[in-house]
Amino acid sequence: MPTAKKTATRVTKPVKKAVAKKSAEKKAAAKKVGTTKARKAARVVGKVMKSVKGKAPKTSDLFAELEALAKYIQDAKKEIAALSPDEVKEDFLPTASGELDAIIEATADATNLIMDSTEIIEEVMSGLKGKNADQLMAATTSIYEACGFQDITGQRITKVVSTLKEIEEKVDDLVAVFAGNSTSQAKNSKKKAASKGKKEITDEDLLNGPQASEQAKSQAEIDALLASFD
Amino acid sequence: MAVDMNMNVLIVDDYKTMLRILRNLLKQLNFNNIEDATDGSMALEVLRTKDIGMVISDWNMEPMTGIQLLREVRGDDKLKHLPFIMITAESKSENVIAAKEAGVSNYIVKPFNAETLKSKITSVLGEF
Repeated sequence: MPTAKKTATRVTKPVKKAVAKKSAEKKAAAKKVGTTKARKAARVVGKVMKSVKGKAPKTSDLFAELEALAKYIQDAKKEIAALSPDEVKEDFLPTASGELDAIIEATADATNLIMDSTEIIEEVMSGLKGKNADQLMAATTSIYEACGFQDITGQRITKVVSTLKEIEEKVDDLVAVFAGNSTSQAKNSKKKAASKGKKEITDEDLLNGPQASEQAKSQAEIDALLASFD
Repeated sequence: MAVDMNMNVLIVDDYKTMLRILRNLLKQLNFNNIEDATDGSMALEVLRTKDIGMVISDWNMEPMTGIQLLREVRGDDKLKHLPFIMITAESKSENVIAAKEAGVSNYIVKPFNAETLKSKITSVLGEF
């Protein structure tokens, strides 16, 4: 009785041969396909070369272009480094923010002084009657209305300050890029991507401050919009 | 029904000068009792401790904005019917729509004048 091992050897040999034959056939077929593909690719490249003949740059020209580009990038790096981004971030921007804050403070002080005087006029006015009292009343009302400028300019300046803070972040990114640290840039990109993906209007989206006068809605337009709900 | 000129009017704005302007204009309109707050959370405290007849609030304040204050007011059983006028520089349509959806009684865009203030109060409280 043949052993199991011998039987297995007898069965395996012809199978191995068959497998080897099939594999050789497959390789030949693949080679044929590969050759066909290569031929097709060569035909396409040939056509392209023919069509750009005389227009395509020489290899040496390409190298020259790349060299010039590399030099340009190096020069730009040097120029940006010479701008001292740290100085912009640590000195110029905080100074600008400080100056703007001082403007808000100064206009608030002036507005309060104007209102102090107007309140005194009102006190004196309370002892008057008739046309003079009416005229003074109208004048003081106008003064109070005009004092509203401080609130609006204050909000506009606050907007500028937050823009400066954004610039500060960009400078940070720039510094990070030159230091080879892209973490903060990646953070900002993620933040931007997240905000781009937002669909619902959040409370934060509704905090825009005063609009430029040509874009701002008038009281009449707002009244009409409110009325459209009724 | 006549408007009670002795009602407490709560004005809310983070700019002290604007609070002062509003106070003076309301006095000129003969409102005698004016309370103030500099943000939404402070306003809520006043609303829960004092008897307030009307709120006139700015939008852009920290930490609690005017729209958040409005939602708190409308979500409170005791305060939900309180007349609430938003007075703000936010003039985008989406702001007006959001305020209306939150239950604002009227909306004044800054800069405003005394006449607009009077007409919006009248539309909310009636002639005075």
